[in-house]
Amino acid sequence: MSLLTDKKILELEKKANDIRQSIIEMLVEAKSGHTAGPLGMADIFTLFYFHILKHDPRNPFWEERDRLILSNGHICPVFYAAMAHSGYFPIEELKTLRKFGSRLQGHPHREYMPWLENSSGPLGAGLSQAVGMALADRMDKKDKDRFIYCFMSDGELDEGNSWEAIMLAGKNKLRNLIAVVDRNNIQIDGYTENVMPLEPLVEKWRAFNWHVIEVSGHDFKALNESVEEAQGIFEKPTVIIAHTIPGKGVKEFERDYKWHGIAPSKKQGEMALKELRE
Amino acid sequence: MLNSNLKLNPKIFNDGVEQVPIRKGFGEGLVLAGEENKNVVALCADLTESTQMHLFKDKFPERFIEIGVAEQNLVTVSSGMAAMGKIPFCSSYAMFSPGRNWEQIRTTIAYNNRSVKIAGSHAGISVGADGGTHQALEDIALMRVMPNMDVISPCDAIEAKKATVALAKTGKPAYLRLAREKTPIITTEETPYKIGKAEVYWVPDVGLAQVGIIVTGSLTYRAIVAAKELEAKGIKIKVMNLSSIAPIDMEAVVALAKETKAIVTVEEHQIRGGMGSAVAEVLSQNYPTPIEFIGIQNLFGQSGTPDELIEHYGIGVEGIKKAVEKVLKRKIS
Repeated sequence: MSLLTDKKILELEKKANDIRQSIIEMLVEAKSGHTAGPLGMADIFTLFYFHILKHDPRNPFWEERDRLILSNGHICPVFYAAMAHSGYFPIEELKTLRKFGSRLQGHPHREYMPWLENSSGPLGAGLSQAVGMALADRMDKKDKDRFIYCFMSDGELDEGNSWEAIMLAGKNKLRNLIAVVDRNNIQIDGYTENVMPLEPLVEKWRAFNWHVIEVSGHDFKALNESVEEAQGIFEKPTVIIAHTIPGKGVKEFERDYKWHGIAPSKKQGEMALKELRE
Repeated sequence: MLNSNLKLNPKIFNDGVEQVPIRKGFGEGLVLAGEENKNVVALCADLTESTQMHLFKDKFPERFIEIGVAEQNLVTVSSGMAAMGKIPFCSSYAMFSPGRNWEQIRTTIAYNNRSVKIAGSHAGISVGADGGTHQALEDIALMRVMPNMDVISPCDAIEAKKATVALAKTGKPAYLRLAREKTPIITTEETPYKIGKAEVYWVPDVGLAQVGIIVTGSLTYRAIVAAKELEAKGIKIKVMNLSSIAPIDMEAVVALAKETKAIVTVEEHQIRGGMGSAVAEVLSQNYPTPIEFIGIQNLFGQSGTPDELIEHYGIGVEGIKKAVEKVLKRKIS
């Protein structure tokens, strides 16, 4: 992880904007899929793929790579876009999202894209896979060589399986495990605090013996510092609760849970692209 | 008579025949697999001794993970370990794993195609006194519908040991069904074992068999006893041990049907969706044959001794014999 200079931040901002445009183009073409989560997570994916992750797009099976588990597979448009923009596959291929024969399945599937660490879609199971990876690395004494990151949603904290994983990671003091929670406050049926209140979220994770950091999910500098802090925590796993704006970057989509699970129409897509290009 | 080619237990019909729980064979096999390959790891959901995983834990404490009573986490953590090159065996009671965590197994193990081995102990009605909540009678159905998943239901402790060692080498997902109670030892260390291969354990003294019994798991001994008693009445039987339900040995099943033209399937499981259904799927497409199904008839279990329950639900020696006589009458010549 190199120094995050002001120049680099400007580059990341430009890259995140490109990725948001790709997300809109993919969803318009696919005519279905999720809009709010991918736009909200674009900055975090950009920071990881272009600054934090130890990975090699030309050699995706590189043994020493960091592992990135995406738990809430429905935000895969941002996952695919970040991969395409960093060179895993041609950007043009993004337009095949959700189409027959595409590697870009509606929810990620390893059989179609073998370098993925996991298939996902059903919620609440990603963190426990990341816990398994971290346990294996500790057994093999590789837990100082790389990090296991798990990107997850706030809504999937409704799942009991999530808390089983949180409990086990705390018990085992998995220092190379870093979870990033997309705290965007929405899920399909509405706002998280109406559907199933998660607060006090920081205290909950802390009570399960995790190191907890709260940060804006759109501030590259602060996000980067939070990851550096997490990497320095030696006796506990760390969760970064990243406060994001669902639909971020397109005013009409922002903060509205209705955009959780739908795609923009052609007209809405043109409007969104215009705003992003300004 | 016992198939002399298979080196089965010669003392099988002795009064004091050795009896060992099938799950114990799993525990011993896991130690062997662990000795052969350092990547074999074990995970358990608070049932380490019941599932016989303590044998592995005692020998390789650094390769054992205690998950607590959290079966969803048990299989998903196992998937993550497999992603890093481990060969995880994870165990609980069959009622809870795969009973409780089926979707997690589907998505993170089968769909992900990770080499995780799910050992479900205390399967079947013979769990006994614990009652219906703990008697998994649907687990074969749950697991055999899953793409990528092998389903293995050994007939005795020795076969369970061999199956465990073999599963560690397949590089793919598997479900291993185990029973709690002591079961007579049918096989020996020399009996051949291969995943996907069915073996005929009992054959007529001379000539062709009139009925083929296909059995899986802990009822195999009773099926052999039934065949022996029927032979004394002049009915010629072959008994096939179908411990590998998936992949299924289609060739052997069809060959048995062609010889006998009458099949009885026997399992400690619901008739709906179980091993018998798998046999029916094979035969209806390849060699339609009358079948009688011995299994639980769409009911939940209850408390009792294993013998009482096996008799009550009609899946013991008498039930098997009646089914043989019934299918003989349905035989199409």
